[in-house]
Amino acid sequence: MYTQSFNVQEASGQKKAPTAASLENPEFQARFDRKIDADGKIEPQDWMPEAYRRALVRQISQHAHSEIVGMLPEGNWISRAPSLKRKAILIAKVQDEGGHGLYLYSAAETLGTSREQMLADLHSGKAKYSSIFNYPTLNWADVGVIGWLVDGAAIMNQIPLCRCSFGPYARAMIRVCKEESFHQRQGYEALLVMMQGTDGQKAMVQDATDRWWWKCLAMFGPPDTDSPHSAQAMRWGIKRISNDDLRQKFIDATVPQARVLGVTLPDPELKWNEERQHHDYGQIDWDEFWSTVNGNGPCNKERLATRVKAHHEGQWVRDAALAYARKHQNVNLCGTDQELRSNFALSSTHSGKEAA
Amino acid sequence: MNTPALRDWPLWEVFVRSKQGLEHKHCGSLHAADAQQALQMARDVYTRRQEGVSIWVVPSANITASAPDDKDSLFEPAADKIYRHPTFYEIPDEVGHM
Repeated sequence: MYTQSFNVQEASGQKKAPTAASLENPEFQARFDRKIDADGKIEPQDWMPEAYRRALVRQISQHAHSEIVGMLPEGNWISRAPSLKRKAILIAKVQDEGGHGLYLYSAAETLGTSREQMLADLHSGKAKYSSIFNYPTLNWADVGVIGWLVDGAAIMNQIPLCRCSFGPYARAMIRVCKEESFHQRQGYEALLVMMQGTDGQKAMVQDATDRWWWKCLAMFGPPDTDSPHSAQAMRWGIKRISNDDLRQKFIDATVPQARVLGVTLPDPELKWNEERQHHDYGQIDWDEFWSTVNGNGPCNKERLATRVKAHHEGQWVRDAALAYARKHQNVNLCGTDQELRSNFALSSTHSGKEAA
Repeated sequence: MNTPALRDWPLWEVFVRSKQGLEHKHCGSLHAADAQQALQMARDVYTRRQEGVSIWVVPSANITASAPDDKDSLFEPAADKIYRHPTFYEIPDEVGHM
């Protein structure tokens, strides 16, 4: 789960002009620019402008935080899932989100930041995460709608990131995208089942759709005319498609899905425009969006408090694992020569040992 | 934030063999207290959908990498040794596939 809406400066809502091209080393800068122009990849050891590094650390770490915090609204429903099947599916999905966070933290660490620093920034509130997780999941249909719409919007956003100019980020995104399709499909299918149920169940699906629709549209970030970092991110090959274009793509893809499902999308202005070959849609409430980004959404405090509490309560486990590792370090630092040979020999057909 | 373990858990590189007969390929990294834990976590983080049949974990600190600045001197000299490729040699058509 991810959006670019959280890719905002730490003091969000304030519009700062994009940083000008680095002058730290014109020759390196020229080589970097040529690589970007040729659609090449930048790897961690390559020279890169400081502003590029900073922008990536911000975006990747906030993306990672979103995956981690994104586990909370759905995690609430694991013990309340309506069947063992749905519980198993939800556990798998939430575990995936944790995995996605870990891929992304690792990618950010290649840029010289540390896990400890990133978590400290999340826990202090300095770093943002996607605002969509600051809304509550009120009923079981919310879990389905999160899969269908929130993960659907995330997929729209993440697919272009697979071609991001920074190698480790692009590779992490390829892995994430492979897993994300399951998230959307399980949500949509759970809703299809509810729509075959009682009137009460159908009403829950419509209610959840009504509450999440506009928030999902805002996930794509401010309109292009109001998105100061977009031009620079495009220039750097970090961002490939504009906020408004992605939002339009998402709407066009979702309208027929809503029809099949049998729900109404809560926008009276939503209609097909023959001339544009796209759907027209109504005004997004950007004041609400910024208010939530800036900490005043319904669940901001609760989400962060839960995350910090989980981190503190897990500390003894991390410390114990380290103490155990140190105690045993001298006993078996590495295997015998024979074991090493069988693990590493290129021609080896030996199996089983490595996985043991 | 008082979390010494976060700072001290070393970084490990993870290599996964996707199926028997193929080589292990680098797929990412993670923090873990020791090798056993690194294997366990690699299993959870990188192979939730049968992506592998075998995992290697290597302390990142033990990997020696070539420097990007050495790229030209290490790899460029091979560019003018085209005679190392089979396509350098003209073989009469009647010889057939060789």
